[in-house]
Amino acid sequence: MTAEAGKHRGIPWRKWVAAWSQRVSDLAIPFLAVFTALAIGAVVIWASGASVPKAYQGLFEGALGSPRGIAETLVIATPYTLAGLAVALGFRCGLFNIGAEGQFYLGALFAVWVGYSVKGLPIFVHLPLAILVGALGGALWGAIPGFLKARLGTHEVINTIMMNYIAVLMVDWLVNRKGPMWDSTSTVPRTPYILPTATLPQLVPPYRLHAGLLIAIAAVFVVYWLLWKTTLGFEIRAVGANPSAAKYAGMSVTRNFVLAMTFSGVLAGLAGAGEVLGLNRTLPAAFVSGYGFDSIAIALLAKSHPLFVPFAAILWAILRNGAGLMQIRAGISVDLISIVQALVIAFVAADEIIRWLYRIGKKEEIKEVVFTRGWGR
Amino acid sequence: MALALEMKGITKRFPGVLANDHISFQLEKGEIHCLLGENGAGKTTLMNILYGLYRPDEGQIFLDSREAHIRSPHDAIAQGIGMVHQHFMLIPVMTVAENVILGMEITHRGVLDRSEAARRIREFSHQYGLDVDPTAYVKDLPVGLQQRGEIVKALYRGADVLILDEPTAVLTPQESEELFRIMRSLAGQGKSIIFITHKLKEVFAVADRITVLRDGRVAGVTTPKEATEARLAAMMVGREVILSVEKKPAQMGDVVLKVEDLQVRDDRGYMAVDGISLEVHAGGILGIAGVQGNGQTELVEALTGLRPVAGGKVVILGDDVTADRPREIIEQGVAHIPEDRHKHGLVLSFPLADNLVLSTYYRPPFAYGVAINNDAIDENGRRLIAEFDVRTPSVYSLAGTLSGGNQQKLIVAREFSRPIKLLIAAQPTRGLDVGSTEFIHQRLVQRRDAGCAVLLVSVELDEIMSLSDRIAVIYRGKIIGSMPADKATPEMLGLLMAGIKETEGSAGDRSDR
Repeated sequence: MTAEAGKHRGIPWRKWVAAWSQRVSDLAIPFLAVFTALAIGAVVIWASGASVPKAYQGLFEGALGSPRGIAETLVIATPYTLAGLAVALGFRCGLFNIGAEGQFYLGALFAVWVGYSVKGLPIFVHLPLAILVGALGGALWGAIPGFLKARLGTHEVINTIMMNYIAVLMVDWLVNRKGPMWDSTSTVPRTPYILPTATLPQLVPPYRLHAGLLIAIAAVFVVYWLLWKTTLGFEIRAVGANPSAAKYAGMSVTRNFVLAMTFSGVLAGLAGAGEVLGLNRTLPAAFVSGYGFDSIAIALLAKSHPLFVPFAAILWAILRNGAGLMQIRAGISVDLISIVQALVIAFVAADEIIRWLYRIGKKEEIKEVVFTRGWGR
Repeated sequence: MALALEMKGITKRFPGVLANDHISFQLEKGEIHCLLGENGAGKTTLMNILYGLYRPDEGQIFLDSREAHIRSPHDAIAQGIGMVHQHFMLIPVMTVAENVILGMEITHRGVLDRSEAARRIREFSHQYGLDVDPTAYVKDLPVGLQQRGEIVKALYRGADVLILDEPTAVLTPQESEELFRIMRSLAGQGKSIIFITHKLKEVFAVADRITVLRDGRVAGVTTPKEATEARLAAMMVGREVILSVEKKPAQMGDVVLKVEDLQVRDDRGYMAVDGISLEVHAGGILGIAGVQGNGQTELVEALTGLRPVAGGKVVILGDDVTADRPREIIEQGVAHIPEDRHKHGLVLSFPLADNLVLSTYYRPPFAYGVAINNDAIDENGRRLIAEFDVRTPSVYSLAGTLSGGNQQKLIVAREFSRPIKLLIAAQPTRGLDVGSTEFIHQRLVQRRDAGCAVLLVSVELDEIMSLSDRIAVIYRGKIIGSMPADKATPEMLGLLMAGIKETEGSAGDRSDR
């Protein structure tokens, strides 16, 4: 009867109920994964003779206990969000983009180059240009493996890993002593500093939190819009869910592979651009990010849903940012955080693996379990 | 007669579904007992309980009048229950003998003794009239022989009760006959067989007794002597069913699809379609009969742009579409009901509404420019679901949650929602129950009467014969014969399907070539 009323008002409330109940059940597993990982982490702390309350109190105080702590957490969450979106978008198209790290490097490289070498532009031209070129760098690094997969059928996992090596070693060569981008006035191997006109402004000085956060937030909604409100997103999701059916329905699977990898690269490239334009202001040879790899974990934890990515990113940032104070307070190594993170991923991923392996559907699907998947079909 | 098996008051609940509701089932020694029912009637659940895959919520199982507790397939096998699944559980790159002894290997000083295994299995299978070469690799065997390998495997493990889950789905009429002969011979040697099917004709061919399930309950127990096809169908569906398709004489129009000397390669590079020519006219149904794997899949995929053409020409409404992409062919007014609805037909993780616009999502009113209009998509979904009687809670349900029959209706609804001039239907009722089959057949004929050209590809001879206006038989990638439907008999088609071409007397060939 409410259904009728809803229909008459033209409000598809059932859609919202269906969507949200789906989302809640989707969220249950990541939530339980985090909880269980922290519980096991507590056992590890206890077993190594430290105080569990002190350790976790330190962890959360370090990450959220002060304005500075919160600002730093958000600083870390910014590239996590962008790179997490990059991997999530790839997943949605059925692609495993392990190349976020390399795309991140290219984004940083291109952005810093525009940032220090282009002179005489006002900030409202120079800064967007640097960001845009950074995004292009990532796009290039994503498009290449996408194109190789579409044309030659080579697997994107292999190619993106190789592209990572190329990116890291190329940056290393470019910015090291005697390299083309080395700042010869400096004693350390790094590029020249970017101009003030290419710098992402701080949001709440004196904290390091910069406007890259706004880019990340915007990207969350753009990716959401792209995936669910555009024809391209419809295609990307169809190709990701069932490439054979997508092809049958007249979509070009290969075109979507290239596009999804390109957009994925754009997002990871933005993450890299944000780091150099907002924080480092230069690209040092010792530039180690790891964001690209952590972002795989974040995308998994967020179930590849763009709206969940920032939350997973913040969680990861909390763990990373609070670890220091945890170590001081409880005398437990920061490596505990790696254990907790690894456990979260194991639990989330194992669930995915199990569902994938046995084709067990979501809770909504009440189907007799198909255990007889023979090869005969 | 002594009971080999008795299931008493079996009840199994799944969340929101009562899959088995106090089902009682008796199997006598040496009996072929047919378990008949629509998809979702509870046949599979009941058999999975017997095979130890599920535990019943209530009820008991007796084997040889002793209560049995079956907790796993391992238990079931140990207690003499064997199951031949619809999708074979053999390892293709191993020989028949290796598959049979898998898990109970015959060794000689810790080393696998292949020749001894082959010898024993040859002897063993001969004893049951199940001759199959134990040294042959499974992947090289035709489906009928693979199935024999499965049966040998079950018997070798000491099965007295044999469950055959829709065994004829993959066989030719002749292979089915051969299977029935084997079943009778096994029953004669005291084995008890549970034969799961939804094909009524087979029930009459082989069953001693029939138990019909409907909605998780026993709808009746009968014998082939007492029952008629119509009565069994009514028991399965719960209402009277029209088994034959009523159709008017064809009003044939112009040629819509013209195929000339078409050649298509399969995935391994072999010429699967080897010089096929045919014509389909507006207002007519051309049925392609043939045993599975004779090039039907490749033919349909080539016609719809899913597979490259190696030679020849495809012309639709005067346009050469040989090298066209799927979208271009769709936009010519071609609808395609694919043979594998899970692989090609649907995106199972998408809502129904999205699946209903899978090939039209980019056009108004579903999208303007790049922006998708979800309201229009949902509205379209609601309309089609009502029109095609798709049973679902809402258009937002995922396609994967529907039963096979409803999924197929969903595909038909989508393909018929566009203006179409040519319909290519491949195995449109595979695995469907009587009710859904009836529905889809009616819709196909409706389209034909509305002037649509229909190419029907099916391995179900009954389906081909009752729907087609003209029948062509495909064998090893060639059209081996064709004839008007009213001149065709099952025997004639069966011979052609087996590659045997009669030289005289038949109405065979010529005009479709």
